[in-house]
Amino acid sequence: MNVVAGAQWLLEYRLDHLRRPTENRTNCFLAPDEIHMSTSTTKLGEASANVPDEAGRFGEFGGRYVPETLTRALDELSAEYSKAKKDASFQSELEGLWHNYVGRPSPLYHAKRLSEECGGAQIWLKREDLNHTGAHKINNTLGQALLTMRMGKKRVIAETGAGQHGVATATACARFGLPCVVYMGAEDVRRQAPNVFSMKLLGAEVRPVESGSRTLRDAINEAMRDWMSSVEDTHYIIGSVVGPHPFPMIVRDFQAVIGRETREQSLHRIGRLPDLVVACVGGGSNAAGMFYPFVEDRDVEMIGIEAGGRGSEPGDHASPLSFGEPGILHGSYSYVMQDEDGQTCDVHSMSAGLDYPGVGPEHSYWKATGRVRYTNCRDGEAMKGFDALARCEGILPALESSHAISKTMELAAARSKDEVVVVCLSGRGDKDANEIARLKEKANS
Amino acid sequence: MSDIDRLFTKLRSENRKAFMPFITAGDPDLEFSADVIRELAARGCSMCEVGIPYSDPIADGPVIQASYTRALDKKIKLAQILEMLDGLQSDVSMPRVTMVSYAIIYRHGLECYVADAKAAGVAGAIVPDLLVEEADEFAEICRREDFSLIQLVTPTTPRERAVRIAASSTGFLYYVSVTGITGERTQLPPSLIDNVGWLREQTKLPICIGFGVSKPEHVDLLAPVSDGLIVGSAIVRRIAEAANRPRDEVLQEVGKYSASLLAALESSSN
Repeated sequence: MNVVAGAQWLLEYRLDHLRRPTENRTNCFLAPDEIHMSTSTTKLGEASANVPDEAGRFGEFGGRYVPETLTRALDELSAEYSKAKKDASFQSELEGLWHNYVGRPSPLYHAKRLSEECGGAQIWLKREDLNHTGAHKINNTLGQALLTMRMGKKRVIAETGAGQHGVATATACARFGLPCVVYMGAEDVRRQAPNVFSMKLLGAEVRPVESGSRTLRDAINEAMRDWMSSVEDTHYIIGSVVGPHPFPMIVRDFQAVIGRETREQSLHRIGRLPDLVVACVGGGSNAAGMFYPFVEDRDVEMIGIEAGGRGSEPGDHASPLSFGEPGILHGSYSYVMQDEDGQTCDVHSMSAGLDYPGVGPEHSYWKATGRVRYTNCRDGEAMKGFDALARCEGILPALESSHAISKTMELAAARSKDEVVVVCLSGRGDKDANEIARLKEKANS
Repeated sequence: MSDIDRLFTKLRSENRKAFMPFITAGDPDLEFSADVIRELAARGCSMCEVGIPYSDPIADGPVIQASYTRALDKKIKLAQILEMLDGLQSDVSMPRVTMVSYAIIYRHGLECYVADAKAAGVAGAIVPDLLVEEADEFAEICRREDFSLIQLVTPTTPRERAVRIAASSTGFLYYVSVTGITGERTQLPPSLIDNVGWLREQTKLPICIGFGVSKPEHVDLLAPVSDGLIVGSAIVRRIAEAANRPRDEVLQEVGKYSASLLAALESSSN
């Protein structure tokens, strides 16, 4: 990215930032002068890769806000992970699994027809959809399954939204012979039926969660409650870069294989780093994994795409970084959609994997430092991204990834042909076929 | 000295134990919550723990979760809860503390929460998702304002850490009896007595036991080692019936149930 373009997007970011408080007034939030919170002390452009600190803080974000009962397990996990990180045999076992079992490295593919269709920058796809189980989630679950065994724990629990993390956890557990219980919102059980079936075939028990909005957020609550009682012998394999420290760090580190490979592949195939890297953000694990290895490559611009749902009104989207405020949810301090009392708002996205009111704390840190810019993509636009990739490239993307594809097309169209945009194609769309048929029928009727 | 400190000074001088029922504010509505608190005070309960409904309570079992959902479905706001509590100041001397998620306190503003709760006659807060590492700022405000910050110790808490938690708590120390979520249990873990006994040697702070406590047998077992007992789900479950039954009847039943545990507590204290 050249200096002028860089200055321009920083300016856009600043303008965007200045506009936001006014928008928030219509978005179930207090006016800024009524909000009593510490303001960010980090400055634009200062993002470091050397986060989080000992307390799990990414700048001011992150930390640990959970019941005391879970502290010992979280400390144990931190200690075990820091040992594993330095243990060459752990690293080589995980890399072996990634290579021989998942099929890594996943290709970096030049989507030429899609690029031509947009008429601008070159679009390259990081093909996480080609991983075993069809998404990036397996990168993390294998790592955490190995940690489970290192800690001598005998049982695994997980939450899942779209079901991709549930399938990836069930897969890792089957691979290592660990019993596995997956909590899934009842609404998601309905719209992601094929994944529910897969989890059961893999020997996992799927427990539908009927409380609250019956989606990912409630599945996390229920998994946490299970863990409160079972913490002595159970590991909770959280599926995104959310939750209390050390989860956001561990999941990011396991997913960072995406960005590391992309970086090497770009240098090797294109001869330089990309100008722009794009990924969709729900909890934010594929984006964190993609962005993290580029954090200190200041010339690489990065954009995270949240679920814009039906529009910018509260309850119509799942875009806390675009429309929310910092607050506490699921054990960490990060951007969240809350009402003026701190109650979590209901959110909407047609994609179950992005239908979440919070986001990982490192994304909040990247937003606060200006290192990553965040925007959102509505349901209808994402559907267009889905159609375009299917027809131009013969690839059915997951609905989650379709949000990133759609925005990438828009961003690429406005750039010159010698610029390179890499987008993380985080998962494949087979799981969404029925839901897409239903949505298209609804749109046509 | 907060109202809680005064309460325990008095109870200890009389060689008595505290009985603390928990209710969810606004379930089924705030008017009934106020009636229940008055009833509990009339029956001689020592203190009332008022649960501020939260959308994502991960430490709570199905009974309390459902009560939070019912209250939030009625769009009950923090300001209304504080207003209800404020209305009790003229005629209820039994101290009230709030059980409240840090998500709510943070959103409201730490100083504002303490100021507004104090103004409504609240003596302190139990914040189940605020760990001792993250508590410095809030603990400092509470100390300055003489607002008790009651922290929790659990069976999974290492001993050194328990001492640290006790040092940062005020009012009393909340000992969680089980590794798990709130809810009635038939049996309590056998190690409980030893653990609380050990903790009592480490701190002068009163220690009250909660989670799973619901039966007179529990009272007989736990009263000798503790300064008080907290009963939540068993009360909330009875209040839940207020939606389908005459309210007076439910109020009487909650009162009678509390009185039965109080009687067990009095007899085991002497």
